Amino acid sequence: MAYLIILLPLLGSILGYVSKSFNEKLSEIIPTVLVILSALFSGIIFYNGITQDAYGNYVIFEWISSGNLKINWSINIDPLSSVMLVVVTFVSSLVHVYSIGYMSHDPNRPRFMSYLSLFTFSMLMLVVSDNFLQLFFGWEGVGLCSYLLIGFWYKKESANNAAIKAFLVNRVGDFGFAIGIFLIFYYFGSVNYDEVFLKAESLIDKEINFLGINLNLITLICLTLFIGAMGKSAQFLFHTWLPDAMEGPTPVSALIHAATMVTAGVFLVVRCSPLFELSQFALNIVAIVGMITALFAASVALVQNDIKKIIAYSTCSQLGYMFFAAGVGAYHVAIFHLFTHAFFKALLFLGSGSVIHAFKDEQDIRLMGGVWKKLPYTWILMLIGTLALTGFPFLSGFYSKDAIIEFAFFKNSSIGYYAMSVGIFTAFLTAIYSWRLFFKTFHGSYNNKSLPIEKTHESPAIMLTPLILLSLGALFAGYLFKEMFIGHNYLDFWNNSIFFLKETEHLHLPLWLLLITPILVTIAIPISYYLYVKNKNILDGVKLSNEPLYNFLLNKWYFDELYEFLIVKPLKQLGFFFWKKGDQNTIDRYGPDGFSRVIKFFSIKAVKFQSGFLYDYAFIMLLGLSFLLTYLIIN
Amino acid sequence: MDFPILSLITILPLVGAIFIFIFDNNQSENKNTIYVSLFTSFVNFFLALFLWYSFDKNTADFQFIEEANWINGFIRFKFGIDGISILFIVLTAFITPICIISCISSIKKRLKEFLIAILVLETFMIGVFCSLDLVIFYLFFEAGLIPMFLIIGIWGGPKRVYAAFKFFLFTLLGSVLMLVAIISIYWITGTTDVVQIYEIKIPVEFQYLLWLAFFSSFAVKMPMWPVHTWLPDAHVEAPTAGSVILAAILLKMAGYGFLRFSIGMFPIASEYFIPLIYTLSIIAIIYTSLVALMQEDMKKLIAYSSVAHMGFVTLGIFTFTKQGIEGSIFQMLSHGIISAALFLCVGVLYDRVHSRLINSYGGIVNILPKYAFVFAIFMLGSLGLPGTSGFIGEILVLLGTFQKSFLAAILASIGIILGAAYMLWLYKRVVFGKLEKKELLELKDLNYSETVILFSLAILTLVFGFYPNLILDTIHVSVDNLISDYQNSLILNLLK
Repeated sequence: MAYLIILLPLLGSILGYVSKSFNEKLSEIIPTVLVILSALFSGIIFYNGITQDAYGNYVIFEWISSGNLKINWSINIDPLSSVMLVVVTFVSSLVHVYSIGYMSHDPNRPRFMSYLSLFTFSMLMLVVSDNFLQLFFGWEGVGLCSYLLIGFWYKKESANNAAIKAFLVNRVGDFGFAIGIFLIFYYFGSVNYDEVFLKAESLIDKEINFLGINLNLITLICLTLFIGAMGKSAQFLFHTWLPDAMEGPTPVSALIHAATMVTAGVFLVVRCSPLFELSQFALNIVAIVGMITALFAASVALVQNDIKKIIAYSTCSQLGYMFFAAGVGAYHVAIFHLFTHAFFKALLFLGSGSVIHAFKDEQDIRLMGGVWKKLPYTWILMLIGTLALTGFPFLSGFYSKDAIIEFAFFKNSSIGYYAMSVGIFTAFLTAIYSWRLFFKTFHGSYNNKSLPIEKTHESPAIMLTPLILLSLGALFAGYLFKEMFIGHNYLDFWNNSIFFLKETEHLHLPLWLLLITPILVTIAIPISYYLYVKNKNILDGVKLSNEPLYNFLLNKWYFDELYEFLIVKPLKQLGFFFWKKGDQNTIDRYGPDGFSRVIKFFSIKAVKFQSGFLYDYAFIMLLGLSFLLTYLIIN
Repeated sequence: MDFPILSLITILPLVGAIFIFIFDNNQSENKNTIYVSLFTSFVNFFLALFLWYSFDKNTADFQFIEEANWINGFIRFKFGIDGISILFIVLTAFITPICIISCISSIKKRLKEFLIAILVLETFMIGVFCSLDLVIFYLFFEAGLIPMFLIIGIWGGPKRVYAAFKFFLFTLLGSVLMLVAIISIYWITGTTDVVQIYEIKIPVEFQYLLWLAFFSSFAVKMPMWPVHTWLPDAHVEAPTAGSVILAAILLKMAGYGFLRFSIGMFPIASEYFIPLIYTLSIIAIIYTSLVALMQEDMKKLIAYSSVAHMGFVTLGIFTFTKQGIEGSIFQMLSHGIISAALFLCVGVLYDRVHSRLINSYGGIVNILPKYAFVFAIFMLGSLGLPGTSGFIGEILVLLGTFQKSFLAAILASIGIILGAAYMLWLYKRVVFGKLEKKELLELKDLNYSETVILFSLAILTLVFGFYPNLILDTIHVSVDNLISDYQNSLILNLLK
């Protein structure tokens, strides 16, 4: 069954594409059905895991064998991977169904479905790997699918650029990841999780010297792996690709850029918890990067106007939450947030897709508003998603987000307190920007001049059904799985798939901490309603008086411009310089061309001797003879 | 085995060429020529496969050895293969029929002579990989220049004469030094038989100069920075089939030469010159990747990317680790497939539009979906995506390099980022976007023979990416042997 989970999506991808020549409909149905089957099997595996501890490692066949490097294609089922299996296949099958409706006008549907299935396959390979190299395979595989899907509308220049950007930024992260793998192989002699993690503790004090600097091995490994994670999860400094990735069709954003692929970084950190636990320094870096990202992305999300970009930054920010949860050692909470986040963020994305669909491909929230009666289902689904995201009491986000803040507090260290404060503050920002999005989209006056309000329409059932399923997840997943994932007996559930150096303690929580976040997110609702619907003038005033700050946020802290200036341009110039000055003006000029020039020069000179006139030859003979005679006389 | 299969494989294409030369004088009707050349090259390919099949993977000794006296007591003709050379023979025998199929429609003038040149070239190339005698090796190695020179010089583009001479000048210059070295090896050891030289062991004091002499030849052929500039010109001017052979096989001779001769005969010097090789390889990887980024000509871009990929090969060979050397061999074979395919891809467009400039294309996915699909696979293989053969080579080389030098491995890894940059950018500019150029509107998608060629290459790229052990199994023992010989020589030298 484990084999089927992995292979069905691959099969779907291939069959779906091949079958397009027979029947267009078939190429949508085959991948969808196969992914749904895969999701069912994942559910069974997950259930068997909980009830019977039915975990195991299945080897498909040997992949690479070279010296002591032996790597298998394998399927490793443990609690962590089974949770991920459920998340990936569940969201993926819903997105498949949704896409049938959403992409119904697109002539390239078979290709789209095929990519989606291929993505699912790669993501599953990533999740079930038992070694770092297969993880890397999945890692780059999902990167490829992300590239293909962002650039799905290949006629759009901006989509192509966004696709390349996503791939390249990820490659930079992968560069770090690869170095991490090299380090692991060199010092551990293996890249299989079991062997590496077993050996980790014996190398805890190992120092290595690089360019005269002494570094702790485990810390270095963790940090290089984390660079990879930052790239994939769009953390601060690597975040620039994610908002641009919204060029892809909306179902892609929901599946890849919200629920699954971008969380691979978090998964990596949690998977490597046996390494990270041994390096407090690396954990602190993870926590700090997570905090900065959470805060930064939320601040940018406050002023964006593109509905998908707001949600993209929100994803970035929520990923930051997951990272600092992992950074304070609460890996299980990080995965719990990943789990709940997958539901409500996919819901929000697909919901916004429904809105975009209703507005005939309009994405600017300034051109929306007042349509909540026209789109009742979408409205209520988005409401659920927003409530869940902001952490409104008793919805999914509430349980996981509050748990992160609590565990940060329990950590009882300065980094923990920082994390807690950032968590609370960002939760407030999250509430503000989410409600801004919600109110500007659905309430207030109707602002779109090109499309009369009567023309907006509710989405078809095939799009709404997946949304309803997701909304159930957004409503209840937190409550249902809380006890299992992060409750008192969480160690039983995780069953050694996550490593805790010391068990996190459940202390008594002070009342103010218990209340502060729910209160903040609740009062954010009337505040944003007032600011974004009732009295917009206040904000315009603020905007005018803080023009530089507003522009700074609107332009995403000018990161794109900075990178263009610091990296892209110099590299291009350097390439041009090497080509023109290096190859053509130096090597060729003094090499072959110079060589032939010298030969030519001398041969032209030599030609002059052979003038054909008898007196020239006679003169030279005479000259030679006299030299010879002189030489003989001197000797 | 008594049957001289190696000689047969080597000689057969030549026989085919002679056959064409003698019996087919009908200039207007090329059918027979084509059939004969296809037949010989396919028979040769199956012979090579049979050779691979009957090859014993469990011994590092040379197999299928053939010996004969040539010039009395002075030079012995000696053929033999081990796990390293067998795969190059298979690669050569595989690429040649592909070239022949591809050139049938694209070569308009003197097809018969072109096919003769290709078949003769195949003989020489296979001869290089079979030779176990330095003089024989040198003869084949140099003789290969002549048909290639003609292919570029006669069937090439507008600047073909310049390119052909540049190619000749560079390669000959290096080779002359190698010839001198071979003669002095004969004076030192009294033999040119490689196997005997391995055992005699050349005295340390001679090794350095001899190594440099061989190096100068291989470095040009590889090509390593800074003697790489002939390659882009040669590729740009060469016809598609010429580019394919050049990239897929001729470049591999140098890597093979390093493995067979430099390391085997001069282990001490090889160790000594590691820093030189690393420096040049790293420069090659980063420098040429950056240059590739800025190219406007598709063939030039791929040529520069070849230089970068060959940088990984030299890096891997001189790690003297199992992963490094196996990675290098794998990288050479994989590059043989992928670069051949990429040049064929360019050729497909060139045949239709007669331009190699990137900006004369754009949006061709709209009309050539099949083409876009295979091109994508090769692009991904070239940038080393896991699941393609390109990844296995690069990752093994880097794993090996890392054990020797952190810095070298880290710098080389930067090349992987740049590799992604130039390939993706190329692909985007050629394949994606709106179809705006008028002259592109009428293009037809891949025809039957193109489809067969490119898809078979694509399938190989994927198969070797998912199941690289097909190749690795064959080379394990020989590489082990190579490394242990090398280490023994180092230890012996230390003891002295």
